[in-house]
Amino acid sequence: MKIIVCIKRVVDTETRVKIGADGKSIDLGGVQFITAPYDEMAVEKAIQLRDEAGEGSVTVVTVGPAAATKELRTALAMGADEALHAVTEEHLGPNATAAALQAALGDRAFDLILCGKQATDEDDAAVGPLLAAGLGLPCVAFVHSLTVAAGHAIVEREIDGETEILEVDLPAVLTAQKGLAEPRYPGLKGIMAAKKKPLESVPAEVTDGPTEVRALELPPARSAMVTIEPTPAGMQTLLTALRQEKKVL
Amino acid sequence: MADILIYLETAQSSDGAALKKPAAEVATAGRALADALGGRLVAVITGSVAPEGVLGRHGVDEVLHVEGDAFGRHLLDAQAAALEAAMADVEPASVLLAATVLGKELSAFVAGRTGRALISDATSVGADGTQVVASKPKYAGKAMAQIAATRPSIVSLRPNAVPAAENPREAATRTLAVEAPAARVRLREVVPSAETQLELTEADIIVSGGRGIGGPDAWDEILGLASALGAAHGASRAVVDAGWRPHAEQVGQTGKTVSPKLYVACGISGAIQHLAGMSSSKVIVAVNKDPEAPIFKVADYGIVGDVHDVLPMLSEAAGSFLAG
Ligand SMILES: Cc1cc2nc3c(=O)[nH]c(=O)nc-3n(C[C@H](O)[C@H](O)[C@H](O)COP(=O)(O)OP(=O)(O)OC[C@H]3O[C@@H](n4cnc5c(N)ncnc54)[C@H](O)[C@@H]3O)c2cc1C
Ligand SMILES: Nc1ncnc2c1ncn2[C@@H]1O[C@H](COP(=O)(O)O)[C@@H](O)[C@H]1O
Repeated sequence: MKIIVCIKRVVDTETRVKIGADGKSIDLGGVQFITAPYDEMAVEKAIQLRDEAGEGSVTVVTVGPAAATKELRTALAMGADEALHAVTEEHLGPNATAAALQAALGDRAFDLILCGKQATDEDDAAVGPLLAAGLGLPCVAFVHSLTVAAGHAIVEREIDGETEILEVDLPAVLTAQKGLAEPRYPGLKGIMAAKKKPLESVPAEVTDGPTEVRALELPPARSAMVTIEPTPAGMQTLLTALRQEKKVL
Repeated sequence: MADILIYLETAQSSDGAALKKPAAEVATAGRALADALGGRLVAVITGSVAPEGVLGRHGVDEVLHVEGDAFGRHLLDAQAAALEAAMADVEPASVLLAATVLGKELSAFVAGRTGRALISDATSVGADGTQVVASKPKYAGKAMAQIAATRPSIVSLRPNAVPAAENPREAATRTLAVEAPAARVRLREVVPSAETQLELTEADIIVSGGRGIGGPDAWDEILGLASALGAAHGASRAVVDAGWRPHAEQVGQTGKTVSPKLYVACGISGAIQHLAGMSSSKVIVAVNKDPEAPIFKVADYGIVGDVHDVLPMLSEAAGSFLAG
């Protein structure tokens, strides 16, 4: 079982976003970076599948800045076997990211590609299905459960409150929803071992994407809060305001 | 290439197939975009539903109907084939669909297969000359990006972001013959959830509870208020992690992103990861006993008090207010 996991270095979810001088990106000064949370879940699941099968390998791949070796090393420390880094300092849209990932994978053999459901910077939930399309593979997005059998996988996902149980031919691209696996913290042994694991860096193949960011802005500020007394009269005031001023009731 | 194609999801229910709620929103956005570009608005529908009336009301000029069992349930390969057949027929400047789980998957998959520009989870879409430009939240809603497509595009629209408007006309219907591709993904089973409630992302009103509710037994206070307001109910991650409520109800960065008209946060501190999922709600009401709770920074109306006092009071007041 050869599994490829696509991971992305993203700004920490706690970050206070400041708009950069170009007005199109965020100011990265003093910002902390993490592996996108869903990507960590995908890495964990891949390690578990490999260990259950007792054979195979987990390759983590990223398209991103030189600094993203840190996130690749973390995945290796969790237990991935090797890492592939397609290096670019450019910000890529979803189409161009998927194309760069596909180019980086080249003609590598694999049974399964796992992505996160969405990277917590772009919030597109797009690169997994885009990559599947590029590779001509089947795709199931947002899976919270996955088991692998000969030639196919059984996955579950939630649609409109119902759980769909699907059978998908392998190789395929799946994207991880919460519930798939709880990522482990890499231990000291893992961190030491990771230093010796193979990490291959290649320049990313950057194509002109068909989307361009024209501007990035902070969302409009919310109006000042109105305090409501915790009394029956307060409740009437609130309900009246919700109906008459805000027109939401 | 000035026409706009919209793809509309249908839901299967006991009384037959029906359009899902975001359909009217997608049609409304599609109509405005078609007008801006000087084109027609065409809708593609798969499966066994024929809702010309509904669609005409929201400005659709023509409905393309892809029939057949293979298209009834949403399976990606078949839906992609149907959408691509409609795209080949209409050659639209842009394709619009709802950014639901299925819509996000389908839009990206088809964008990859057809080489179209993808803008995912937009909250508005318009035209600048002949270019399609959309706004979309990034960084969990902490920033809004203006994104232009430099090629023909596919745009998925966040449910509840564009209010549905009427623009009635007579919609013509045409059947589009599409051969179902070999199904590489097959449906084995659908397990209905124990509790049925409106899909959170589509709800107009959501009442959510956090750890401040105190425990699973006190959840009746959330359900009571939700029922009084005709709302769906959600939860914070602390509540889901504690096993009080299922993950399907979680709102936030690792749960659902919602933008209802009204969000009532009860006993929720307002951690950044929770705000990520609900800060684009139109109106936010917060109930918390701690006046310093961060949720009050985003709230339009704040009630400082104990949820066990406030929720029953608010439920009762809402019951008579909405009845009267
Ligand atoms: C990677 C990551 C992803 C995450 N994703 C999510 C996510 O998707 N969704 C999410 O919600 N969180 C998420 N979190 C967790 C988040 O950081 C918070 O821990 C969580 O939101 C806290 O939930 P809470 O507000 O219910 O609980 P608490 O933070 O414990 O807050 C409880 C609140 O209730 C109030 N309170 C207590 N008793 C009463 C009472 N009797 N009456 C009135 N008020 C009362 C308190 O004043 C307090 O403000 C994530 C965290 C990480 C690191
Ligand atoms: N630059 C990247 N390098 C590697 N994987 C990526 C990259 N961007 C996105 N992905 C993968 O695609 C998923 C969805 O990303 P997005 O479409 O940006 O929300 C992520 O969770 C990752 O698994």
